[in-house]
Amino acid sequence: MRQAVAIPLRAPTAPKVPFLSLDTVWFQVAGTLCNLSCNHCFISCSPTHHAHEIMTRAEVRPYLDEAAMLGVKDFYFTGGEPFLNRELLEILEDTLRIAPATVLTNATLITKARADDLARLSAGSRYSLEARVSLDGLTPETNDPIRGEGSFEAALLGLRELARAGFHPIITATQTWGDGEDGQLRQRFHGFLTDLGLGRPRLKILPLFRIGREAERTHGYAPAERLTEEHMRGFDPWNLQCSTSRMVTSRGVYVCPILIDSPGARMGATLRDTMRPFPLAHGPCHTCWATGASCRN
Amino acid sequence: MIAAGELTLNGSDLEGTLAFLGGPYSNHLALRAVLEDVRRRGARRIFCLGDLGGFGPNPGKVFPLLEEFGVITIAGNYDLALAARMAECGCGYTHPSDNRFAQLSYDYTNRRTTDAEREWLGKLPTAIRFRREGRRYLLCHGSPRRTNEFLWESASSDVFLSRLARDAGADQVLCTHTGIHWQRSLPDGSRFVNVGAVGRPANDGRPAVWYALLPAGGHVAELVAVSYDHDSLAREMEEERLPAEFAETIRTGWWTTCLEILPAKERSRGKF
Repeated sequence: MRQAVAIPLRAPTAPKVPFLSLDTVWFQVAGTLCNLSCNHCFISCSPTHHAHEIMTRAEVRPYLDEAAMLGVKDFYFTGGEPFLNRELLEILEDTLRIAPATVLTNATLITKARADDLARLSAGSRYSLEARVSLDGLTPETNDPIRGEGSFEAALLGLRELARAGFHPIITATQTWGDGEDGQLRQRFHGFLTDLGLGRPRLKILPLFRIGREAERTHGYAPAERLTEEHMRGFDPWNLQCSTSRMVTSRGVYVCPILIDSPGARMGATLRDTMRPFPLAHGPCHTCWATGASCRN
Repeated sequence: MIAAGELTLNGSDLEGTLAFLGGPYSNHLALRAVLEDVRRRGARRIFCLGDLGGFGPNPGKVFPLLEEFGVITIAGNYDLALAARMAECGCGYTHPSDNRFAQLSYDYTNRRTTDAEREWLGKLPTAIRFRREGRRYLLCHGSPRRTNEFLWESASSDVFLSRLARDAGADQVLCTHTGIHWQRSLPDGSRFVNVGAVGRPANDGRPAVWYALLPAGGHVAELVAVSYDHDSLAREMEEERLPAEFAETIRTGWWTTCLEILPAKERSRGKF
């Protein structure tokens, strides 16, 4: 954690992050629809949450083309649960002709056939296809209270299918534990994944973003947890993903994957519209700054 | 960012055979073997794309070799970090276990780097430009825009590489930093060559190391594997009490550390 910075009494205007380069384009490809309803979800996804809708292949396509024209480096697909999108495989096929892709999934809908389809797509492209799987515990007792009844066993089945099909999934866990336990938990995760047959386990820990359903589970951001010009002095904006990426949803282009339900975060209808600075006025901006978090792999 | 410290070269010998060496990482035995191979093949100029230290033993042994063979060197992130007496290598890893091993080798190298060596490293250019057969060449460590940016083959789209080349005003970019060699001709006619690394094998199960050779007048690189006395280097690393994992990589050709940064395809090709 960085040292705390004194906050002036009167709230100053938010500092702006410059837009440096369109390296990464995200797609909220399943909208905010998910077969799970995790209690720390920062965009409150559920089977019935329609804030953002599932994107069709035809909706995704123009953004892929625009991103290619702008020299994109890679693509990410998330939701919600991307495998609720019936056109996901076709969308990935379109994508992998242009650039590498990562799919963020809860793995509970990954069947043998789907894992084989993904492997075929991966083998057919010169670019990497990464699978990232969310898990929040090493047992049903620790995972399921956060992610829902039965989600642990279902995720393990999906993970095994991915491993069998030749993937080395990146496991993403949200840090619902204290900083002090971090090292030990990483080791336990590593051992657990190896035992599961994931030969080369990769683990990514994400911080909690206290918005959406997480704000109800614990608490939201205090007014003082906002960035000021002081925070940004001497800070390399490359370290904030909003300087080099954008998020596309059914409703337009947003600054980042975290803020799609936050006021002011929709920046335009096309990627080119959004290639401009953004005011870091939100609580999660403070989290990214303080933890060095990035939604990238 | 690469802006200051660019060096522009001229000379008819730039049309001849050229050799490009990626990170020596203190592997002085591999560096000597590569330089002798380069000399046998008649290269008119030899370039090193930075990261002289790290991973291997006794960092001071690399400098006299570069001088002996007249190698033109640019700074990598390691060289910049040592010159500025930074506390870490600035490799750009994002995973704790990658960073743990990176820190072990940086601390070792930092302790054994002299003031004179730091001063020499601090004067290195961060990029080199020249023209060859009408093409604009750019030599850099990571990418044309960031010294510590990783350009992996399977994680770099054509359109992205074309943009990097266009923004840098280059038709041909030669880089290193990842440690795995590859080259690609892009639809717009530009070409990227990642020359690999001289200091560490390429995670392919062979102890040999790799460099890139451009034949006289040509733009397509020959990526050359060179064998050397890797057992002696591994023993020297053990005498220096460097991590056993590092010596294992030197002996087997499989990477054992700093693996989390690898994209899926590169990771799948390795053993760990």
